[in-house]
Amino acid sequence: MSARLRVNPITCEAHGLCAELLPELVRLDDWGYPIIDESEVPPELLTLARRAADACPTLALILDEERGR
Amino acid sequence: MTAVTSARRGPTGLPRLLAGLGAAGTTMTLAEHETIHGPLPTISGPELIGMIGHSGLRGRGGADFPTATKLQSVATRRGGATLVVNGSETEPASTKDQLLLGRLPHLVLDGAVLAAQAIGAREAIVKIGDGSPPVMRALEDAGAARPDDGVSFEIVAGPAGYVTGEETAVLNYLARGIPKPTFVPPRPYERGLRGRPTLVQNPETLCQLALIARFGSDWFRELGSDADPGSALVTISGAVTTPGVYEVAFGTPMNDLLAAAAGPSEPLQALLVGGYFGTWVKSSRALGLRLSREDLRSVGCALGSGVLIVLGESSCGLHESARVIDYLANQSAGQCGPCVHGLAAIADSVCALADGVAHPRELDRLLRWTTEIRGRGACHHPNGAARFVESAMWVFADEVELHRRERCTARPAGLPLADLSVGTQETRR
Repeated sequence: MSARLRVNPITCEAHGLCAELLPELVRLDDWGYPIIDESEVPPELLTLARRAADACPTLALILDEERGR
Repeated sequence: MTAVTSARRGPTGLPRLLAGLGAAGTTMTLAEHETIHGPLPTISGPELIGMIGHSGLRGRGGADFPTATKLQSVATRRGGATLVVNGSETEPASTKDQLLLGRLPHLVLDGAVLAAQAIGAREAIVKIGDGSPPVMRALEDAGAARPDDGVSFEIVAGPAGYVTGEETAVLNYLARGIPKPTFVPPRPYERGLRGRPTLVQNPETLCQLALIARFGSDWFRELGSDADPGSALVTISGAVTTPGVYEVAFGTPMNDLLAAAAGPSEPLQALLVGGYFGTWVKSSRALGLRLSREDLRSVGCALGSGVLIVLGESSCGLHESARVIDYLANQSAGQCGPCVHGLAAIADSVCALADGVAHPRELDRLLRWTTEIRGRGACHHPNGAARFVESAMWVFADEVELHRRERCTARPAGLPLADLSVGTQETRR
């Protein structure tokens, strides 16, 4: 199973919760918008990534989970 | 390859698309068009897609995507596909699509009919830019003059603005009246207008397709190289004697391209290849290049929608770049934070460098921003703007240093980029 993190930049309003909850994968630019340098989510961070996606106030943080084949 | 449906032989050499082009302000009639190119061929969808695949035709709107792949992906989806001809041409330095739509509308509509038939669409929407009533009239007249091809045309003029021509912005405008890009996926070929698979094609691409359908893919490949077959329309502006739209073969040396525009009007400094999303190249390097993807890639360029802006020695590349990035920042659709804030900051930064009032470390910060905003917008606007600025900083590095000491190599004369949006250049082959 692989999971990737991405942001819908249109709905993102720079609340910054993602960087609070998942600093391992998300940092903020000079204006508070998230930068995701590596979109592949390692298995040990999957739970935290799910929590961050659920917590995004505008649901702009998207976790694409691909079921294993 | 399968049989060519027309016994007619295609033209040898150039011009192809621009064959028979009349004087500025005139539109080719259907009779004239058929005399030059022959009648619209009858061809099955799979046969056309096969021919286009063999021809190697790629989209001429800037994305450079293989046309057959796009046709195939829409054709194989079920559920009433739609064709949108994207004639927005919001790139200020490009005028080729306006030329095709306004003066050779039957060639564009031929391509649209063939593409629509190949994907099973019964309607085609031609989306054009704002403020081009002659183009609208030419298209309406052309549509009315044509026999029933089983494809109905609707012509829609959209608002001005750089980003409004981006394909998801075009579809968003047609569906909801909002000329702003949308978040992808889904991409238009998956789910576009009214939720249907939608083929969005540039006018030049459709014109090329219309000729390939007539004369075959081997004919198409008679010009250019294996990797870059065929001809292309290039809009040349800036420091050349006769700016305009020219049809050239791929592989043409840059020097010959400038010669087509009657040569430079002053000693050259740099070329902007690919328009405002393009890349600056020093003229000493650029003149050794050919118009091919491989050559252009070697200097970090892409042809984009076929725009070439020539900067003469009398102009300041840094000032011109500052004006362009300021324009691009203002043209953001205003939807995505990294684009809105990032481009504004980047534009301020370049302007500060041009005005000689920048912090000694300004360039570091600027290049961090151009790296950071890449890929973080819904559309490619921030990416294109970032690429443009990075190339400007590289090519005009000496100028940046001079400006820091309140000097400039240019006479305060030409502003070649200023008159680009006017689009009044006479057009010739």
